[in-house]
Amino acid sequence: MSGADNPAVEAGWASPPARKGFFTDTSVCIGCKACEVACKEWNGVPESGLEFLGLSYDNTGSLGADTWRHVAFIEQSRPIRRHDADAGGSPTGSLGVDTPPESDGDAGFFGEAGDFRWLMSSDVCKHCTSAACLDVCPTGSLFRTEFGTVVVQEDICNGCGYCVPACPFGVIDRRRGEKGVTKNAGLAQKCTLCYDRLGEGMEPACAKACPTQSIQFGDLDLLRERATERVADLQRAGVDGARLYGHDPNDGIGGAGAFFLLLDEPEVYGLPPDPVVTTRALPAMWRGAAFAAGSLILGAVVAFIGSSS
Amino acid sequence: MSSDPIRESAATPGSRTGSSGRRQRGGERKMVPDATFTSYYGRPVVKASPWGPDIPAYLFLGGVAAGSSLLAAGADLTKRIVLRRTTRLGALVAISGSFVALVHDLGRPERFLNMLRVAKTTSPMSVGTWILSGYGPAASLAGVAELVSLLPLHHRERAVGRVLAALGRPAGMTAALLAPALASYTAVLLSDTATPSWHEARRELPFVFAGSAAAASGGLGMIGSPLSQASPARRMAIFGVLLEMIAEWRMEDSMGIAAEPLHQGRAERYLRAQKALSVVAVVATIIGGRRSRLVSILSGIALLSASALVRFGIFEAGQASARDPKYTVVPQRERADEARSTT
Repeated sequence: MSGADNPAVEAGWASPPARKGFFTDTSVCIGCKACEVACKEWNGVPESGLEFLGLSYDNTGSLGADTWRHVAFIEQSRPIRRHDADAGGSPTGSLGVDTPPESDGDAGFFGEAGDFRWLMSSDVCKHCTSAACLDVCPTGSLFRTEFGTVVVQEDICNGCGYCVPACPFGVIDRRRGEKGVTKNAGLAQKCTLCYDRLGEGMEPACAKACPTQSIQFGDLDLLRERATERVADLQRAGVDGARLYGHDPNDGIGGAGAFFLLLDEPEVYGLPPDPVVTTRALPAMWRGAAFAAGSLILGAVVAFIGSSS
Repeated sequence: MSSDPIRESAATPGSRTGSSGRRQRGGERKMVPDATFTSYYGRPVVKASPWGPDIPAYLFLGGVAAGSSLLAAGADLTKRIVLRRTTRLGALVAISGSFVALVHDLGRPERFLNMLRVAKTTSPMSVGTWILSGYGPAASLAGVAELVSLLPLHHRERAVGRVLAALGRPAGMTAALLAPALASYTAVLLSDTATPSWHEARRELPFVFAGSAAAASGGLGMIGSPLSQASPARRMAIFGVLLEMIAEWRMEDSMGIAAEPLHQGRAERYLRAQKALSVVAVVATIIGGRRSRLVSILSGIALLSASALVRFGIFEAGQASARDPKYTVVPQRERADEARSTT
């Protein structure tokens, strides 16, 4: 399938398969981190530090060269209404005990049941339609696959690191370590949406391992439809703050290949609220640079014309 | 809020407090009001570049080389032989140094040539690579021609020497042609990122860098040529400082909250020193540059230092802006809220 929305066509693939992606429905994430483990195992991603971060149950911290799936944990103390807990059998809400909506939350060892919610979300590379990392890559190492995903070719990347500050989500990073000791040390590394598995008609390791179908893999078109239904269901059930993130092809990155259903503002999960691909402003930047170059020539000419020898 | 200990600890340093600081009324108002915002445990949203001091050094040396090639071309055409020699040799040294810095900063330096696999206008680094691929050999050839002219006569008279000497002018002119692009593209290199203080500087940064290149090369010319030949170098330096300072001033004004990191920590120290050195050097050049060799040399050193400092200052400010989620979240939250209220 090759709609106008398919970046694989724009990248020159003659008749690519349907664009693939992830729909991560955080309302059913239980924070088991099976996705993190499966990703590391399948892709041979090195250990990313065994540290105690003290951030709820998150000891991973963030996405990076050695973390391609990252489960965020946010503990929120706020009045939860009864129907939040029941919506769609969501395990993220309270214990399902009926509590007064305005309970204060400082009573007893467990607090009052229902005044606490735990947000969990498995973050991943967004595989943007307009991908800044791919745009700025000076070697052509980052490329658009036939599945519409964005992948680093490890035999081409020279570790210039330009993709790292270009990414509006802070996903990609240069792998630290010693060449010959650490695999792909010095190279830009990130989620490949399991390019190797996709080629064999398999689903990515994280989606395969997810026990609650919080991570759903498939044709992006279908995932978007499913997500629209799901968020409507949740909103109808009164779930506070249910919204989609990265699903809109008209957003600043042309829509994400990996998008999310969130239960709060994106920044609560460490996601940028309104990301815009930096290269959108590039034509104007080149014009500015041309003017600056012109003014430099002018300065040099004036410097000599006005000077007596 | 204090009734919400978990949330507060979960969202330091800037937990959401219901009302945003920018909407608060009354009391004293700062230029940029304290913004309250939500983040994930205060962790960065975007990643700071993995670049070290190699990159600001590269920006500085590239600027010195570019300005010097322009001065060298003018000196060549107006027969200012010593000014030409100084600037051509300066460009040779600077571009060699910048090349080393650039390669050294790669994660895999031995794969440097992979840059030449593609040419992409969407990648300022790719564009820069191709500018360098043209400029580098030309400026180096002009520099080598200058070296040949310093050899004893019987060496100069050899065929190789004569060929090199003859190539000096066309090579120098080619370098001068590409030099302005070399001086200004580096601003786009920084601005074409999600690093808040680099991206928000995108309108004025090319002028800051072009001015900085002119000032630095003017300083180099003042150091290395006699007073009688240094007049264009002095004018170049004054022009450069003016362009740089005006652009910098406008830049800080137009960056919104992303200007803050320019006034904090190492960036602030570098940029303060840069401005002080620039002003002192320009005043000294105007007053004593024509008469005193010593004043010229000292001004030249100050100008070169200021040019290096502005690159390091802006580099550091960008890195700091990426490490603090505030500079990513607050402007985007404002934008998102605006979009939501208009639809």
